[in-house]
Amino acid sequence: MLRTILSTLLLTTTAMPMIAADHEISQANKAFSKSEITIRPGERLIFKNDDEVTHNVYSVTPGMAFDLQRQAPGASSSISFNKEGTIAVQCSIHTKMKLIVHVQK
Amino acid sequence: MKKPLMRVLSLTLIVAAYVPGMLHSSPREEINPRETGSIDSTPAQARLEWKEKYRRPANIPFPEGNSYSKDREILGWTLFFDPRLSRTNSTSCATCHNPGFSWGNGLSRGVGLGTNQLKRRSPTILNIAWADLLFWDGRADDLEQQALDPIAAPGEMNQPLDKMIRTIDGIVGYRLLFARAYPGEPLNEKTVARAIATFERTVVSGEAPFDKWISGQDNAISGAAKHGFDLFNGKAACAKCHSGWNFTDNGFHDIGIEGSDRGRGVRLPLAAMQFAFKTPTLRNADQRAPFMHDGSEQTLEDVVDYYDRGGDVKRLGLAPEIVPLHLSAQEKRDLVDFLRTLTSIDKPTEVPLFPR
Repeated sequence: MLRTILSTLLLTTTAMPMIAADHEISQANKAFSKSEITIRPGERLIFKNDDEVTHNVYSVTPGMAFDLQRQAPGASSSISFNKEGTIAVQCSIHTKMKLIVHVQK
Repeated sequence: MKKPLMRVLSLTLIVAAYVPGMLHSSPREEINPRETGSIDSTPAQARLEWKEKYRRPANIPFPEGNSYSKDREILGWTLFFDPRLSRTNSTSCATCHNPGFSWGNGLSRGVGLGTNQLKRRSPTILNIAWADLLFWDGRADDLEQQALDPIAAPGEMNQPLDKMIRTIDGIVGYRLLFARAYPGEPLNEKTVARAIATFERTVVSGEAPFDKWISGQDNAISGAAKHGFDLFNGKAACAKCHSGWNFTDNGFHDIGIEGSDRGRGVRLPLAAMQFAFKTPTLRNADQRAPFMHDGSEQTLEDVVDYYDRGGDVKRLGLAPEIVPLHLSAQEKRDLVDFLRTLTSIDKPTEVPLFPR
């Protein structure tokens, strides 16, 4: 179910320079900095852990599922989507952390 | 209180330095900072900032689709204790969530139908109004969904829900209670679940010595317990998961307990969720031994020892927060002293007279 799909590009790094098409989502106080965001296909969504605890961003939205795996405090991870759709994103550890991502041209 | 006491202690120690043996002859020899004062190895500002995170909420949250009314609470209270919700008419919600055991059942594992031992400990419903997902593995989205699961579970109350509704609907007193609680709505699975959930949300731990300390009564807890609080938030890092006034992040973590139960991992097949279980509240914890999702630790001291050694199993999903803590024996005692300050002395819970 959570196999990385071809239309999804996954990157994970702790030092991640921002580029123009990037959108950063901070994780602090066990919450995402936004509850909803709209991006274009191919644009990067960067999840930065500004918290004191570990997070694990993932989605089980059919066709868009991904798992950024554990993210230590201070770390960043990114993902981009090549096709349009709406993705329900959560932290698996802290289940109240929820984000809706709209991918639109 | 804190500053004057420190001044007394300082003065006593200074005088004692010039008069050997004075501490043994002075009435002040009885002053023990572990019992009465502060043991300050932590900067005062850090403690103040931590304390701000533990203030109790003013109100119980009720969801929009199931707002509170006294009639709903009374109905839910009655259903919660009524064994006629089970197939054998012998098991109620309160069998496993017994107020005498701080809304658990005091056993390592739950006991279901007959003497069927369940694979996990019965979790408390204390302060459950603030929970997110329910059950140790988070398989229920809300209390309304959770309430029906053990009734229908073959290994637990083993009562098909349609039969349970027929039983309740056949009791005149219940029809009256439902009419008052949910006027114009049918007596069905949804209203049963909503009533039980309403009652469960009213089960809230009372004011504990810790709360009095947080609200400004400096002598409400001992110096040892205050030191334990510092350790809880600092060196021992318990607060990374047992956070906030209810001492839980409502999250899911693999804390390294031995066993084959994959917990949250069965519901959510991510690497980090394998062997992960929901963080329980620590409110009134000293009334709910044994501990952990499988009841494998018998006392609070055992639990502190468990975390001090960094858990028992090292595996891929182990939470990175689970590492050896290197606590001294005194630090462990202070942590337990602190945990005991989270217990409130609440009025005994009344059991309803069941409608016939």
